[in-house]
Amino acid sequence: MTDTLLKVQNLQTHFDTPRGILRAVDGVSFDIRQGETFALLGESGCGKSMTALSLMQLVPEPAGSIVGGNVLLDGNDVLQYSEAQMRPIRGSRIAMIFQEPQTSLNPVLTIGDQIRETVYQHTSLRNDAAKQRVIELLDSVGIPDPERRYAEYPHQLSGGMKQRIMIAIALAGEPDLLIADEPTTALDVTIQAQVLDLLKKIQAETGMAILLITHDLGVVAGMANRVGVMYAGQIVELADSETFFKTPRHPYAEKLFASLPGDMKRGQALAVIKGSVPPLTQQFSGCRFVERCDYALGVCRDTVPVWLESQVRCHRYDQHWQQLFDSQALHNVDQQTINRSNPSEDLLLQVDDLKVHFPVHKGLFRRLTGHVKAVDGVSLSIRKAHTLALVGESGCGKTTAGKGLLQLLPVTAGEVIYNGVDLCAQSASKMRNLRADLQIIFQDPYASMNPRMLVGDIIAEGMIAQNIVKTKQQRSERTKQLLEQVGLPADSINRYPHEFSGGQRQRICIARALAVNPKLIVCDEPTSALDVSVQAQILNLLQSLQSELALSFLFITHNISVVEYLAHEVAVMYLGRIVEQGSVEEVLHSPKHPYTQALLSAVPVIDAKTQKEVIQLEGDLPSPMNPPLGCHFHPRCIHAMQVCHDHYPQTVNFSVSHAVKCHLYAPS
Amino acid sequence: MLTYILRRLMYAIPILIGVNLITFSLFFIVNTPDNIARMQLGVKNVTPAAIEKWKANHGYDKPLLFNKNNDGMAAFTDTIFYTKSVKLFVFDFGSSDEGRDISHDIQQRMWPSLAIAIPSLLVGLLVNITLAMLLAFFRGTYIDITGVIAGIFLISISALFYIIGGQYIMSKLWHLVPISGYSEGFSGFKFLILPVAIAIVGGVGSGTRWYRTIFLEEINKDYVRTARAKGLSEIGVLFRHVLKNAMIPILTGVVVIIPLLFMGSLLTESFFGIPGLGSYTIDAIHAQDFAIVRAMVFLGSVLYIIGLILTDISYTLVDPRIRLS
Amino acid sequence: MNIVETGLSWWQVKPDVLWTDWLIYALLIVVAVFINHARQHEHLRAPWRLILRRRLAMSSCIILLAFATVGLLDSVHFRQAVEQRSDGTIRYGNESISLFDQIVLPLKKYTEKTYSAPFAVQLYSKENIEMDDGSMRRDYPRLKYGGAHLADKPSARYEDIKSRVITALWKAGVLIVAITIILALWRGAKRSQGLACSLRSMWLGHGDIPWKTIIATLAFIIILISLSLHLATVYHIFGTDKVGQDVFYLTLKSIRTGLVIGTLTTLVMLPFAIMLGIMAGYYRGWIDDVIQYIYTTLSSIPSVLLIVAAVLMIQVIIDNNPDVFSTLQQRADVKLLALCFILGITSWTGLCRLLRGESLKLREADYIQAAQSFGVSNLKIITRHILPNVMHIVLILVVIDFSGLVLAEAVLSYVGVGVDPSMISWGNMINGARLEMAREPIVWWSLMAAFVFMLMLVLTANLFADAVRDAFDPRLRNS
Repeated sequence: MTDTLLKVQNLQTHFDTPRGILRAVDGVSFDIRQGETFALLGESGCGKSMTALSLMQLVPEPAGSIVGGNVLLDGNDVLQYSEAQMRPIRGSRIAMIFQEPQTSLNPVLTIGDQIRETVYQHTSLRNDAAKQRVIELLDSVGIPDPERRYAEYPHQLSGGMKQRIMIAIALAGEPDLLIADEPTTALDVTIQAQVLDLLKKIQAETGMAILLITHDLGVVAGMANRVGVMYAGQIVELADSETFFKTPRHPYAEKLFASLPGDMKRGQALAVIKGSVPPLTQQFSGCRFVERCDYALGVCRDTVPVWLESQVRCHRYDQHWQQLFDSQALHNVDQQTINRSNPSEDLLLQVDDLKVHFPVHKGLFRRLTGHVKAVDGVSLSIRKAHTLALVGESGCGKTTAGKGLLQLLPVTAGEVIYNGVDLCAQSASKMRNLRADLQIIFQDPYASMNPRMLVGDIIAEGMIAQNIVKTKQQRSERTKQLLEQVGLPADSINRYPHEFSGGQRQRICIARALAVNPKLIVCDEPTSALDVSVQAQILNLLQSLQSELALSFLFITHNISVVEYLAHEVAVMYLGRIVEQGSVEEVLHSPKHPYTQALLSAVPVIDAKTQKEVIQLEGDLPSPMNPPLGCHFHPRCIHAMQVCHDHYPQTVNFSVSHAVKCHLYAPS
Repeated sequence: MLTYILRRLMYAIPILIGVNLITFSLFFIVNTPDNIARMQLGVKNVTPAAIEKWKANHGYDKPLLFNKNNDGMAAFTDTIFYTKSVKLFVFDFGSSDEGRDISHDIQQRMWPSLAIAIPSLLVGLLVNITLAMLLAFFRGTYIDITGVIAGIFLISISALFYIIGGQYIMSKLWHLVPISGYSEGFSGFKFLILPVAIAIVGGVGSGTRWYRTIFLEEINKDYVRTARAKGLSEIGVLFRHVLKNAMIPILTGVVVIIPLLFMGSLLTESFFGIPGLGSYTIDAIHAQDFAIVRAMVFLGSVLYIIGLILTDISYTLVDPRIRLS
Repeated sequence: MNIVETGLSWWQVKPDVLWTDWLIYALLIVVAVFINHARQHEHLRAPWRLILRRRLAMSSCIILLAFATVGLLDSVHFRQAVEQRSDGTIRYGNESISLFDQIVLPLKKYTEKTYSAPFAVQLYSKENIEMDDGSMRRDYPRLKYGGAHLADKPSARYEDIKSRVITALWKAGVLIVAITIILALWRGAKRSQGLACSLRSMWLGHGDIPWKTIIATLAFIIILISLSLHLATVYHIFGTDKVGQDVFYLTLKSIRTGLVIGTLTTLVMLPFAIMLGIMAGYYRGWIDDVIQYIYTTLSSIPSVLLIVAAVLMIQVIIDNNPDVFSTLQQRADVKLLALCFILGITSWTGLCRLLRGESLKLREADYIQAAQSFGVSNLKIITRHILPNVMHIVLILVVIDFSGLVLAEAVLSYVGVGVDPSMISWGNMINGARLEMAREPIVWWSLMAAFVFMLMLVLTANLFADAVRDAFDPRLRNS
């Protein structure tokens, strides 16, 4: 007996689309051994999730179908199984958890029912015994007060809790293999740490194998024993985790590492993977990565690379071709440096005690019963040609703060001083004249452009509204020039947004903001919807624009590595207030606030040596409608004292720039 | 919960006032009582005296909104607006233009209406849900496609043809059931079969089509994938997970029309000679008895608004997301 | 009125545009503008291409176009010259004739005495006939026009019908072949293919456009037209009604009524629904409250009852002011228009609610916020960003409503609050037929004719609407 649990051989899953047959999974082979964690790594659209669904035979029909290959579970090919034969496998031998815990649970059944269903399906436990088992399961996934939770509905739980429930459902059948499809992508980083930790703990207890599907190298580094890198429907490299992180071999994997932003890369341009994943509807006559590869030679174009003994799919490692590559210099070797802007000390914009509250009405007469205090007294100052990063988890109010600052939302109180005037006190028409200076870029490049307008019109809209360029001729000239500035061909003006990829769209959005010559751009998570390689392109562009045009950015993000790479100053937000701010070095290297410390420790890192001990945060972010008394953070804080319970802490200054709101550092 | 219901009831008040004002302006401002009298009397008998007499007989001889001849409250109460419109709020429908007591008629006639409407609704619901589940089970196959096209075919046929065709085939050709009529009690059962059957067949196209889309929408949701990943059978997934979720829009869609069942169906009742409120309305239309039409408009609106409130309440009952928030 | 006697040609006419005609012309202009606009915008063209690819939708579309052609021809009204006075002026008749009437003049003119069955040569009921010798006999009298060409050999009817059908099919076949070749040449010219090559790929179904379906549908229509040209001119192919009018003529004339109700109603309501819906969703606050109040109140009145009440009231107005209308026809026309308005008022609430919801969603969209961050004015945001992004909903609802309205006309006319009894419509035909069903032996053809034509129109409209919805927004399924 080998210890191989699951053997996937040449799996092929095709989709029938209007544009032809889409080969989502095109000959994937890998093994999963008993008790190990095997990570399938790749960017969106490379076929990772479809591979997982194919193993379970849950490919959405009738559009998709598994057309070839074997999936051997203990030596039996489950692809040959009928639907009825497959059922005892699902949930019992192989269980699965999904990316979106919010939608993956049935909203009208209690969570107890949903777990018990699996218990009934795969065990002989019934009634009280089954209920007892469900409560055990809830307990084992770290749900506090499981007996009460048994009768609750999914919507009463937070996202992290729901993912725990999903794990409990998966565990109910005591599976040998758990497929976790991006299990933490929809979760915040502190919750992600909890869930990953839970998975590890359960694996240690039960000895099940995990197939972890993710795009996040950090998660892979923390979890996986072995890694398979997927690209365009194929596996391009297989390695055990340690070797992989030491020396990634496939050019794609290499590039993935290089394009990660981070501390060490400040001042350099990030490596970018040019172009995008080729459409999988075509037949390939060469390597699928050839268009984006720095090493590519003629042979890569003409010959399909085979799977090599050395567990990699690349001509560079093929003995036939190795010589060829050795004789050729790398096309694009020199690491570009990027001009970082020289931040001036002049103040551009000052935010004082900004509050954005949303009223809540309740009762018979819809009386005002409270406020959602999304932003509750935020003070910031942004200097010229500076990047201030506003960091926090979802729901902390960072986006609301950004929009409130631009007067895109009604501001409850506070001042935003720009050029000596308070924006909050301006009339709508006066504000209109100021808008050219303050612009915004949104998170979702797919939703931030009117799909019915031409790119040229989209970019020109601001110029017309702000009366910046008078004639049509000049406008079109300027539009073209802007497009070139953001690295898009000038003839894009006559095309529609849907013809562009996510990264290209984000470039168009940047061009649109630039069109009115802004001084400050609020960047609202501009790269979080993009793949790592594309993120690098956008970050590079933003940096070079900053130095060229002396722009200031308010960079709203939850991604710490982007902050490390890009920002000059950081403000950490928790529940509508800034708990710590200072320069990047100060905040990220010597964080003072317990929340900042926990947040930073939870970020998964690639290099195992730099991984800090994760500070586990208890529970979830409280509701901004009735924040905890005293320090908002105290219910989750490991250092909480009586005073934290009673009073909101005063600001403590560590340096001119570094300020923290925490009782730990209070003078007396 | 109670505050919620109270609030819903409170919201209904301005809407009812609005409905009342609309009917009032339709019936008394667009056309003055003089016009109606002239119309009722026919062209030949129109003399000013005859018009005045007709108005006096039917209580239309008062001023519309304000009576200068009276003092105090009577200035407002002794008007057409008060006697004909405001009184609707207390369900005082007055008497018809022929002199019959409308409230009494309504009380008598709503039972036959219900005798047809309730079985039609219940059996129809059962049939539609069953067929829709079948189509959803066979989604994407020829059974589904045929079913969908058959549904479009069925909804393209006017309700009139269902009734005329049904009467002709079932009664005239095959003599299975009486062609029309109604009687109280158990013996009246035979009169109900055909109208109920026709109501079900007439509604099966649109009902099945609608429910099928609800089912399909649910089937494509993530939680269904989770249920399949648990190893549940397709039937189990459909009944335990999909049906339960789909029942929320289905039930609430049904609840809104339940109060309106009292009103009966205009077509069915008039074709089958059933003495319900539907045929009452039709007769009033043909006789141009505006008092009855006015009463029915207001009653219909009240019932509809009750239906809306019931819908909201039923939502909170069946959907835990709303019940517990 | 008789043209021949006066020596005047039929084209010596005076246009007589009815109210509904004006609106139909306006609708035509709107449609033309829309098509022109859609041709220039890829995002509008793409869904239509999707529709063109669907065979069922394509053939529905062609049949609908055929219906629309009849309706349009029937909407060009004029009065004919009846007499040339000595001073050279021309006196025009009182009755408005449509272009369509002129085309099917025989159908219109050949009225019998009373009922006759389809293809009959005799009346449906026995009458006392005076024989040549002066004696009276009770028998089925010969029809004045139906089968008149058979003279005194009515027994030759079947032979005659057979030979006419054959001729009709033969001629239709020639025409179909000719049209196929023309289409193939046109298609071939676009992609520089030879005729044979083009024909072959049409047959094999290459490319996006389902030519086989198009040609089959055209063939179906051509055969029907050809058959009726050869048969309807000498027989009453659908029989005659109580007053001897040709039922085929009646059901063809009903097409216009159905189309007018189905289209003008939406045309009337659209401006309200779009404006109020978007305003409520975009501005929110008290504007939203007021608009919501208006449509909730209107929609709380069960629509049938509201229509009944409104129509009754309109009838009173019209009946009390008979002198405003010079002809019966104008009166009926105004009543039809009033019905469209009433149906429009009762049916705009659904669209308004949908648009409100969509605008509410859209106003939070990033691109609207981007426009706001440029200081673009509200009016411009509505016209440039919101309106184009809700138009697909409007379009879908318009096509979906169409068939419902055609069906509603029949029911309302039956209830007695529909179109004027003097107006030819399917509702009135069914209403009349109801009594005929009780006759022994029954008179079934009026009902059957109305049934077949209505089903054809409504079914094709529904199939087309389905395709439009799938192409523009599959999520909008359950409305």
